[in-house]
Amino acid sequence: MLAGRILRSLSGLAATAVVGGLCAATLVRLAPGFDVDEREFDSRLNDASRHAIHESRSGERNLGRFYVHYLAGIVRGDFGVSHSLRRPVRELLAERSPVTLRLVAWGLAFGWTLGSGLAIAAWRIRAVDLLSGVLFAVLLSVPAAVLGLAVLFAGAGRSLAIGLVVLPKVFTYTRSLIAKASASPHVVLARAKGAGEVRILAWHIGPALAPELFSLAGISISLAFGAAIPMEAVCDIPGLGQLAWQAALGRDLPVLVILSLLLTVITMLANGVADTVTDRLGMESGA
Amino acid sequence: MRSIALALLGLVFAAALIPQAWAPASYQTQFRDSPNAPPSARFPLGTDDLGRDRLSRLIYGTRVSLLLSVAAAFLATLIAAIAGAAAAWLGGWWDRMFLTATDLSLALPWLFLLLTVRATLPLDVAPTTSIFVTFALLGLVGSAGPARVVRAGARSLRSADFALQGRACGTPGLRLLIVHLLPNLKPVLVSQFLLSIPLFILSEANLGLLGLGVAEPMPSWGNLIRDLESYSAVAANPWMIAPAVLLVMVVIALQIAVRTQELTV
Repeated sequence: MLAGRILRSLSGLAATAVVGGLCAATLVRLAPGFDVDEREFDSRLNDASRHAIHESRSGERNLGRFYVHYLAGIVRGDFGVSHSLRRPVRELLAERSPVTLRLVAWGLAFGWTLGSGLAIAAWRIRAVDLLSGVLFAVLLSVPAAVLGLAVLFAGAGRSLAIGLVVLPKVFTYTRSLIAKASASPHVVLARAKGAGEVRILAWHIGPALAPELFSLAGISISLAFGAAIPMEAVCDIPGLGQLAWQAALGRDLPVLVILSLLLTVITMLANGVADTVTDRLGMESGA
Repeated sequence: MRSIALALLGLVFAAALIPQAWAPASYQTQFRDSPNAPPSARFPLGTDDLGRDRLSRLIYGTRVSLLLSVAAAFLATLIAAIAGAAAAWLGGWWDRMFLTATDLSLALPWLFLLLTVRATLPLDVAPTTSIFVTFALLGLVGSAGPARVVRAGARSLRSADFALQGRACGTPGLRLLIVHLLPNLKPVLVSQFLLSIPLFILSEANLGLLGLGVAEPMPSWGNLIRDLESYSAVAANPWMIAPAVLLVMVVIALQIAVRTQELTV
């Protein structure tokens, strides 16, 4: 049953990624000025050279043909060549993915550790609750790019900026879940029987929160990748976010399509894993 | 708390609606004899490197960002109402197509989706056109999330007593949808509209900072915040952070007001 569910999720993910890539390719292909290569404006080139440059992109003019060739290339491990950076996309991804993954991983670790820690502290200490509430209301109101600049000017680690985007969401959601769970009958009964706060949290509240927290974990991965774009752009970090920004400015079709596919797969995979774990935990607690 | 938030919003919206009454100069007037001037009685927030009065640009920029966000939130809510209610009402293939399209849109990080769609539109455009492009972009791309919420609300109303009775009385589907279903979705639509405004203000700021928002010389919070990219300039002229401070204050006020409104809806 679980294997069937995973298989269904994976085939759904593959279909969505393929359709998502096609949508991205269609959007960029239909963009005004797509046919124009800036090299064609070089006054030193003669007509023959301009024609050759124009023809070099003829394969991309038929969207269907371009996309089928592109998907076949992906299966072979060939992701095409970036128009703006003039380098194979595969090489760019290999070079930049570790930078973004490291940034996102540290940011998530920071956001989750501090967010959940403060949510637990706020549950018991009123002052922490009030201060965190005010601080995180401010953080939620600051654009991610401005947070990136603030972290850059403060000379702190760049991951901190990603963490500061994730942190308020983790805190707010976890805090309200703890408040809700601590009012449930089994927790009230445990407290009445004299169980300590640590025991109540570890044995009675924690397991009840696990499914919702896994869902939030899936969402926070997408949130962190989204925040990485302005962060890397303003902080000049050579990661996938900066690549996405440069590709958007340069209408770099191969890069935009592969990034759309990659981000769709990462987001859906994260949400799919979170949903499966949530269902599993839900079934176990139901049983 | 809510009264303070509403008072601040009222003040900022009043300034935004009639900037001519408050701004000492036009947003594009260049005082060439006073570039990079510090705050003074003549220029309360100083001037930028082209000699433009920062306060005037902030007031005009507030008009652009606030009105653009409200208009984009309205567009997003309108699209969400039509698409979400129609998908729930028609069901079958329409509903499945709607779900696939919104799933796709929601599967990508919000800012990446905005960047990709913005890249497909002309980048080098007139300032007024750039406002329209940014407004349409936020409205269209930002309608996916609210549309899912509207669909869920509409599906639950589809089998409500009044809908069954209407169908039994032979009321045409379109009339049932417009006259009976949509008015019942008003609380959902109002809360989605209010929730979208701060999100769109922040998105416009991010787009502006990345050079993909409203084009110069038209000011907006996004392109005013772009001045913060130079640390040495900010350290020497700390009043340059005024647009960022105002943006954060307005978004906080909106969140306080919206949260209270949500509880009462």
